[in-house]
Amino acid sequence: MVPTEALAYRAASQPERYNYAIVRGFTVMALVWGVSAMVVGIYLAAELIWPILNLDLPGLTFGRLRPVHTTLAIFGFCGSLLFAASYYVAQRTCQERLAGTLLPLVTFWGWQAFVLLGVVSELLGYTQARKYAEFEWPLDVLVVMVWLAYLWVYTATLYRRSQPPLYVANWFFLACLLGMALLYVLENLVVPVDVLGMKSYSEFAGVQSAMVQWWYGHNVITFLLNMAFLGMMYYFLPKQVGRPLYSYRLSIIHFWSLVFLSVWAAPNHLNWTALPDWTVTLGVTFSVMLVLPSFAGVINGLMTISGAWHTLRTDPVLRFFVAALLFYGWVTLEGVTMSFQTINALSHCTDWTVGHAHFATLGWVSMMSFGVIYHLVPRLWDTKLYSVRLVALHFWVALFSVVLLAAALEIAGIGQALRLRTTDEYGNLVYSFMETDAFLTVPYLLRGLGGSLFLVGALVMVYNLVITVVRAQRKRAATEARIAAKLAVKGLRPREG
Amino acid sequence: MKHEWIETHTSHFLILTLLVISIGGLVEIVPLFLIKNTVETVAGVRPYTPLELLGSNIYQREGCYLCHSQMIRPLQEEWLRYGHYSLAAESQFDHPFLWGARRIGPDLARVGGKYSNTWHIQHITAPRSLVSRSRMPNYLWLKDRPLQYSDIEAHLRALVRAGVPYSENQEQYDKNVALFGKDVANRLVISRARENLLAQVAGNADGNVVSPTEMDALVAYLQILGTLVDFKKYDEGYFARFR
Repeated sequence: MVPTEALAYRAASQPERYNYAIVRGFTVMALVWGVSAMVVGIYLAAELIWPILNLDLPGLTFGRLRPVHTTLAIFGFCGSLLFAASYYVAQRTCQERLAGTLLPLVTFWGWQAFVLLGVVSELLGYTQARKYAEFEWPLDVLVVMVWLAYLWVYTATLYRRSQPPLYVANWFFLACLLGMALLYVLENLVVPVDVLGMKSYSEFAGVQSAMVQWWYGHNVITFLLNMAFLGMMYYFLPKQVGRPLYSYRLSIIHFWSLVFLSVWAAPNHLNWTALPDWTVTLGVTFSVMLVLPSFAGVINGLMTISGAWHTLRTDPVLRFFVAALLFYGWVTLEGVTMSFQTINALSHCTDWTVGHAHFATLGWVSMMSFGVIYHLVPRLWDTKLYSVRLVALHFWVALFSVVLLAAALEIAGIGQALRLRTTDEYGNLVYSFMETDAFLTVPYLLRGLGGSLFLVGALVMVYNLVITVVRAQRKRAATEARIAAKLAVKGLRPREG
Repeated sequence: MKHEWIETHTSHFLILTLLVISIGGLVEIVPLFLIKNTVETVAGVRPYTPLELLGSNIYQREGCYLCHSQMIRPLQEEWLRYGHYSLAAESQFDHPFLWGARRIGPDLARVGGKYSNTWHIQHITAPRSLVSRSRMPNYLWLKDRPLQYSDIEAHLRALVRAGVPYSENQEQYDKNVALFGKDVANRLVISRARENLLAQVAGNADGNVVSPTEMDALVAYLQILGTLVDFKKYDEGYFARFR
């Protein structure tokens, strides 16, 4: 008689069919960078309330720390999760092991080194002074090489597939890969002062430099925060709810219209500036059109749950996906509204923009990420989540705190903007700049509170996942010991793993 | 054409996606380099002197652009608060642009000449000693740190490669004289960068110069912002023609 336990043991001691080790690594690092990004974000919010927290240390001043926050969030958290999810999805949908043995590791260590060195160089004051592209040229060289390795690993895995059609999620990951490569290289064309030094000057100046920057800045969001996370939505949502995707045809419309239209919306970020009117008008026009693909995505995701809505009551992981999609729809509508010239005159340069960005990054991106991570971890460690109730708790805390944080910021922005434009009956300004700033006191406290609660939610998740993994490993070790003992009684030896 | 043709061939998919992504950027960016009216024709705007350039680098290093914009919009309230709206020409020598996107502090596009050097030094060192509820950090160390300018020529040469007209030889110098006048052209000569830098520090500090600090450079930069164009020379409709 061969006990089933022994069979399971043998299966387990085979080399893994899929390369899950790399996915596990990236998932853990996504959590590490994500929590760090939140901590830095809360510290920055506190610095604005109590400037004494800058501690008169160069590395801790708001100006040096703010890029650290965005670097950790965008490249550390979102970047690592993109690697984890795309490597997982590519293997599962192609039913093939990830291509290469060394190159996936190169992408892992290369990416982590890039994020770490990026943060350190920003703290030391090395910067290109362009948002999300602060890294000086030696780091750009590193990140481009890592990205090329990623492109190779990912596409080589896709080429191994036996089923001809490429699943929708992979389209979005591919677009992200290509888009980021194109954007990053053009944005970072610089002239180094010295080949042995960090400092460089942008190849572009003034208005052209502004347009290149926001073409990049806007589309980092398009590709890394939208495309990549829509790719995750297209795979993980149907899996989590256990139903097929609502419409394949709608996903074609969604993909191609989003890829085409998104890029054009960049000049929105330069409304009312010295950028020529024709460019801004094009930007606004295309951002109105963007509503269409965005809602194609929202509808495709939500309708996939159609007929299984009752699972929301029992499965809090699914709630994260649903909330993320609703935030995605909301952020798109708000973004379009903010691109209109009359609204933009009010919103530009205020906390409204910051609030909008946090609806996107916490509401859409993070909620989606949490759903994906809760889905991935039990499968990667071959176990069940430690506590579903803690997931539900995390969901409600996260939902409440996103709305508190982002709404506080938007109120801050609108309130200050209205004061900035208030004139008296003779046409003179009523408020000095500092008098408009006085409006921010209460909203800034609420923003800090919202951010802190969001971190608490994330820590609940980390606790839940750590216990999950620890218990899984203990159980596995116990099973292995029991089997080894049984086999020893029969005079057999366990196969070498 | 059926979508199957695209999605069953990874290479078709890659090429087509790359093409579709590129269109928007091409249409919106390339003309900005080609259309002459993108940057206004206006007298007065010149490249930064060596001292101002290093000041701009410190402005970037400390992330000032994250809380201060340098882009006054053509709106009534901004006219009242900050002055004439910013022209594209005014940042034509900024590599990169520093327009900013957030005003935690006020816009700085025309801050030049509004406050004295002493005020700026006091304000940057201890903002709350002048503006009681300011949210700005104290930049205590700038006035003590010696300015690194030993490689200033390399900085200027890098900018020449990016298209800024600092002069290396007589021909380029003559061109600058024609463009900016003799005084300015003299300050853009690469081989005279160090003596120009020291002379400007001495001038700003009323001759009491020991050795230039980072604060000297930063203040020199702030004091030039928005002061180069004489708007009295142009009638109201002139700049609208370029928009």
